[in-house]
Amino acid sequence: MTTLSSKTTAPRSVSGWRSAQSKRILLTLLGWSVALVIFFPIFWMILTGFKTETAAIADPTLIFSPTLESYQAVHARSGYTRFALNSVAVAFGSTFFALLIAIPSAYAMAFLPTKRTKGTLLWMLSTKMLPSVGVLVPIYLIFRDVGLLDTRTGLIIIYTLMNLPIVVWMLYTFFKDMPKDILEAGRMDGASTLQEVFFLLLPLTLPGIASTGLLSIILSWNEAFWSLNLTTSKAAPLTAYIASFSSPEGLFWAKLSAASTMAIAPILILGWMTQKQMVRGLTFGAVK
Amino acid sequence: MATLQLHNITKRFGDTEVIKGIDLEVNDREFVVFVGPSGCGKSTLMRMIAGLESATDGDILIDGQRINDVGPADRGLAMVFQSYALYPHMTVEGNMGFSMRLAGVPKEERRAKVLEAAKILQLEPLLDRKPKALSGGQRQRVAIGRAIVRNPSIFLFDEPLSNLDAALRVQMRIELARLHDELDATMIYVTHDQIEAMTMADKIVVLHDGVVEQVGSPMALYHHPRNRFVAGFIGSPKMNFLPVTLTRVTPEGVVIRMPGGGERSVLVDGQQLEANASLELGVRPEHLVLEEQGPLSGEIKVLERLGGQTSLYVQMDDELITIMADGDVAYRVNDTVRFGFAPERAHLFDAGGQALSSLQQHPLAGLTRHDNRAPGSSSEEPA
Repeated sequence: MTTLSSKTTAPRSVSGWRSAQSKRILLTLLGWSVALVIFFPIFWMILTGFKTETAAIADPTLIFSPTLESYQAVHARSGYTRFALNSVAVAFGSTFFALLIAIPSAYAMAFLPTKRTKGTLLWMLSTKMLPSVGVLVPIYLIFRDVGLLDTRTGLIIIYTLMNLPIVVWMLYTFFKDMPKDILEAGRMDGASTLQEVFFLLLPLTLPGIASTGLLSIILSWNEAFWSLNLTTSKAAPLTAYIASFSSPEGLFWAKLSAASTMAIAPILILGWMTQKQMVRGLTFGAVK
Repeated sequence: MATLQLHNITKRFGDTEVIKGIDLEVNDREFVVFVGPSGCGKSTLMRMIAGLESATDGDILIDGQRINDVGPADRGLAMVFQSYALYPHMTVEGNMGFSMRLAGVPKEERRAKVLEAAKILQLEPLLDRKPKALSGGQRQRVAIGRAIVRNPSIFLFDEPLSNLDAALRVQMRIELARLHDELDATMIYVTHDQIEAMTMADKIVVLHDGVVEQVGSPMALYHHPRNRFVAGFIGSPKMNFLPVTLTRVTPEGVVIRMPGGGERSVLVDGQQLEANASLELGVRPEHLVLEEQGPLSGEIKVLERLGGQTSLYVQMDDELITIMADGDVAYRVNDTVRFGFAPERAHLFDAGGQALSSLQQHPLAGLTRHDNRAPGSSSEEPA
């Protein structure tokens, strides 16, 4: 009996293993295809950056002799560094201020909620649903009158306000997951509210705060609408730099691609290095 | 010295009143246990004492000083939380020394104090570990250590053992009782487990629906419950209740007629009762005795043999009666048994659930856990 049953089960398990294997291969292929489709434009842009202008507008091909011509041209034309520094200052500056405002707000909403907390949170998020262009004119005029046009300060203010709803929301969910008992134990141990935040809340929610900060940096870095409309030269970040290659004298695909590659490279590297942190932060509350 | 007084404490959350005017006195070095079913307000009451929740009304006094408006850290209390609430990012030493770090105590002094507490709790080898690397029992001890280090006048324990497994719970129970003797501090302990209350308390406060049902020593509550709720809550297995009617009142007690028709006298004061009043008889499972001529009878439905004892679950009309009998009783399921009880072991409750007062005070009713100690034992002397 035993030999018989082992004979009948053995082939079945092999075929089962085979079907599981082929399913896995299929899923892997599917995953890679989707990833490639999404990544293709970026890949093509990087590729185009290494072509000559003529090759860039010729029939698409993967085979060409790579050249740094476009990069040299881009570099010669205007200081990449200046734009990049503006981007860094604006992205990090706005993130710093967004966190500075959002941490106390999220603390209040998570630990001292009132009847209107939920409503306030939703209202904050709803402001993100408005098209930015709707408030462009008033903001432009205000910025002009107070002298904030084409200044880093102006962009930092705009980006801080732009990212604040999302930053508050994310911090709120992280703070909500923090066991209340620990903060109460701290209070029993004599911690003031500020000490509670610095010694207990911030260290324990650091992964969440870090991923929130990263997201805010990325959003500010990639933002184009406000930077294009509110800056011209002095405070222009990399987004404005890219745009400058597609205007007056015509469209230069290779140079534009080279410039774009240089603009997204820092954030791409930052995102790649911190992807573990990001995924953990973004799915933190979801898996509970 | 640390005494605590509550005067007419009330707590409302919105329209719901969860604590309905509680008066209580906790004496110096007393081990007081708040016990009651979940939702009775015992944790809220403790949180108000701790200062984590404000009282809607009433006064909280420590050593005669009103502390309603004093912050939690300045009340001279320390609390052990149900979840332990250890700081996960700090070592055991960091956890225990956190209050001193906040107070700006120098590092050396901090370490000395932490070591002292660690010694009492046998935590010395674990001082450099993070809470994650500790077992449940060890975490519990760290939480207690964090309280000890603060040198509080009153310790508060909020269901500290409910996250531990049964064996560890018994061990920690003994350890806590020992700790109370060693530290000679006032302790307030919240639990829903009446066994914890019975074993550790000098004084038990039974809470139900935001009111104090009874305050007294464990033995007083066991032998002289003031009402049906306390009678049913204290003691395990639960007290049996049977509807009975009053036959007559005598100077030696009252005579009642039982469901089977038999009569028995109970040693309680029945002077206030009307004739033929409907009453409820309460007898604990361990006080029901199997006897051939017993006034009560029923059919055994379930029989649980524990070795030393046997629990019989006997169907009597609509009631399932529990009897704790000898381990070697020869009965089997579906057998009919007759049983009775001694007159001084039974309780009677009126229609409102209030107990009729006993004519005979139980000799151990005033006993506290401290009285169990031999006279002249070392812990009688304050350190």
